[in-house]
Amino acid sequence: MSASDPIAPPAADQRPGKAWRPFALTAPALILLVAVIGYPLLTIVLRSLSEPEWGLQNYAWFFGAPVNLTVLQRTFVISAWVTLVCVIAAYPYAYLMTAVGPRVRLVLVLCVLIPFWVSGVVRTLSWVILLQDSGVINSLLRGVGFSGVKLIRTQTGVVIGMAQVLLPFMILPLYSVMKGIDLRLMRAAQSLGARPSRAFLTVYLPLSLPGVYAGAIIVFILSLGFYITPALLGGPRSTMLSTLVQTQVLSLLQWGRGGAMGVVLLVTTFVLLALAAPVMRSRHREAGRH
Amino acid sequence: MNPVQASRGAAIDLEAISKAYGGFKALDGVSLRIEPGEFMTLLGPSGSGKTTTLNVIAGFTDVTSGKLLVGEKSVVGVPAHKRNIGVVFQHYALFPHMSVGRNVAYPLTLRGVDKATREARVARALDMVKMGDFAHRYPSELSGGQQQRVALARAIVFDPPLLLMDEPLGALDKKLREWLQLEIKRIHRELGTTFVYVTHDQEEALMLSDRIAVFNRGRIEQVGTGRQLYDEPATLFVGRFIGDSTVLRGEARSDGNSTALSIAGETVTAPRKLSGEASPVMLLRPEKLSLRRPGQSASGGNRLSGTIGEAIYLGSESKYEVKLADGSAAIVRSPLTGESFGLGDKVELCFDGSDATLLADDASADTTLT
Amino acid sequence: MEMKPLTRVLLGLVCLLVAIWLVAPTLVVVPMSFNENKSLAFPPQGFSWQWYQNFATNPDWSNAFLNSLKVASIVAVLATVLGTLAAFGLDRMKARPANLLRMLMLTPMVVPGVVLAIGIYAVYLDTQLVGTLIGFVLAHTILALPFVLIAVSASLEVFDRRLETAAASLGAGALTTFRTVTLPLIAPGVLSGLLFAFATSFDEIVVSLFITNPYLKTLPVQIFASITRDADPTVAAVGTILLFATTILIGGGMLLLGRERKGRP
Repeated sequence: MSASDPIAPPAADQRPGKAWRPFALTAPALILLVAVIGYPLLTIVLRSLSEPEWGLQNYAWFFGAPVNLTVLQRTFVISAWVTLVCVIAAYPYAYLMTAVGPRVRLVLVLCVLIPFWVSGVVRTLSWVILLQDSGVINSLLRGVGFSGVKLIRTQTGVVIGMAQVLLPFMILPLYSVMKGIDLRLMRAAQSLGARPSRAFLTVYLPLSLPGVYAGAIIVFILSLGFYITPALLGGPRSTMLSTLVQTQVLSLLQWGRGGAMGVVLLVTTFVLLALAAPVMRSRHREAGRH
Repeated sequence: MNPVQASRGAAIDLEAISKAYGGFKALDGVSLRIEPGEFMTLLGPSGSGKTTTLNVIAGFTDVTSGKLLVGEKSVVGVPAHKRNIGVVFQHYALFPHMSVGRNVAYPLTLRGVDKATREARVARALDMVKMGDFAHRYPSELSGGQQQRVALARAIVFDPPLLLMDEPLGALDKKLREWLQLEIKRIHRELGTTFVYVTHDQEEALMLSDRIAVFNRGRIEQVGTGRQLYDEPATLFVGRFIGDSTVLRGEARSDGNSTALSIAGETVTAPRKLSGEASPVMLLRPEKLSLRRPGQSASGGNRLSGTIGEAIYLGSESKYEVKLADGSAAIVRSPLTGESFGLGDKVELCFDGSDATLLADDASADTTLT
Repeated sequence: MEMKPLTRVLLGLVCLLVAIWLVAPTLVVVPMSFNENKSLAFPPQGFSWQWYQNFATNPDWSNAFLNSLKVASIVAVLATVLGTLAAFGLDRMKARPANLLRMLMLTPMVVPGVVLAIGIYAVYLDTQLVGTLIGFVLAHTILALPFVLIAVSASLEVFDRRLETAAASLGAGALTTFRTVTLPLIAPGVLSGLLFAFATSFDEIVVSLFITNPYLKTLPVQIFASITRDADPTVAAVGTILLFATTILIGGGMLLLGRERKGRP
């Protein structure tokens, strides 16, 4: 890729003084990035430290109020559930995508991509229609003689809806890893005496784990910051951190407190990413690439 | 053929094995007996059924019909993981997430061998393939040749009575291949296990094997030692597949105990007769042919006139391609001590009729080779 | 991997359920959109086109739709140009700065939506960009940029740089080389980046909810407002239209792509 590549034309060496060119190409995007992401995030950090006055009082408030800690904990629990549901549903699905012929695969891929591309608001709307007290699921239950169940504004409803919206983010990385697994290794394992189930556990599963990690990290991080689905499907007992941030800022005009929550969410996200990066990199190396 | 250490290997009997994929017959009535401790090579062009045969023995492929016995016991329907057969694959098939040591220990772990015994046997197997220092490396850190040696260690560590090898050296360069051939031969001698080796490389087959089974289009054409296949090919396909050869075709006439071919006005004879209806051809090995300038006096024997089409210097000898009057080509090898010829020289191709092998003509022998 | 028939059937069943879970819930908007009553309760009653008419004639809905189209079109072009330039820059940089900058440019994907939204809202309040076209375009462009970058970078990764040397040796200048050799070969990446950018903007809701005002609403904002305010089946009609538009675009695109790939040697 770079100028050190022996095959690539040594453009940088031939024309000294033009090394700044690649940086110039990235400059417009970077300027926009700084203006529309960097500056706003900086503003939020500053406000969390300065409103109403300079100090850490907003953070002290956040970690001092049990309500906030409950919501923080709930955000993690819901995200963990969503991730778990996604792994369980995506694993066999992604595996099937690698095992079938091109025609069936196209159908399976479309089943993933179409929801992926359909507007997230519309998909959440569908879940409202499905889960509400007068919704599809309850109508069906009553139709066969059961009493209705409370789904909307419950944690279960939020998990079901969020997992469905996030499932493609789990399936796609899993599929791309599984596609690269040499199925002939399973044959080798069998010739060495492994039952199919044993061969799966000792060979296929470990080789597919990088995909599971990658997908799980993405799903978990996106879950942490999810806003629309919990806002529409959840109730007061399933409030997640994002909703709390929105309430502080838009309804209570508490920029400092809302900012502090936002910073906590932001820092958590990046800490998770930083923790995941070395794990994924070492997995990568084991899988045979340097 | 290798009776000395035959004790630890298993015999294999394939009886009329057929395998059909839809309408395509991958194997068409293959029968073969492999003796305990023997080194048997399945040789043939790609698509000839040799790898399918190996997969049938390993248990990766079900048979459509026929009997298969390993160590005098039928294994039809027995799944691969219960057959206790070592397999070495062309693509190495080492587990990328396990170190070399864990790869080799894998079959022992599956068999519940305790840790101490396991370590000792892994070390012994790795020493046998001269990879003892690499136990902690990962497959991605090894060269192709090293990976294949580890794969070999993994396939022999659980002492299977039978080892199958599917073109194990196919992905390696020539030098490494030749060295590993010697290693494989040594390991076969040391273990006494039955080896079944698949290759499309006839030189490799000749170098390694006790016996060779030549496959063509889902059938076995001939089974025999390398010398038998070279000197007495049973079919034109075998004659052409093993070693260099010249095939003479012409209008055939048989009388009494000899056959004469008339080729573009010249006639050659062989003191033999082909049984059956098929039209006969003569197959000649390059070292049985000699070249002379036209008109030079010579003793009896067959002569055909031709022109030198190609002259190749090979160090210890020269190789000539001679264009014959009917447009076909003959390949002649002659020592450098003899007379040398240049491009376009008119020559006479001479051979003794008793050196010619008479075979039934089979036009497909040419097409399947290319 | 050879599987037992039972395993095979079980796997198929599980995957069928997952596929239904992925696709079926979204389809529920279709019957709801033809409801005669102004209600989103199931099952819908009767049959009527009135909600589609409402979508076309009610200025709240039609303006929101037109706004979304306008914003998404500008964002698609802007993000594609910036993203393609950046992808080129990164491709021609040394590995270390390139990786660092790439990570920076992908941050919009992982920053939690609400955090970004309040940040942008705070800045927009100060700069009077709330409820303006340029405000929407800037925010959406930065969110769409990572998708363009990923798509174009993927194309560049498989692009053979020696082709540019070859073109140069044949007498093509830098710009001609780019126009006649590089761009046609990475066009699929650029095009899918454009599509991704359009969809990202057309769909964007979290930041939009904060920077919207009564004068400028996008379609997702209008849908969200409608869901939270009343049970107006017009949202179901809009959802149905979007669902079909998406299916036709993606399905058609994949079929075309598949055909094109087959057509190549």
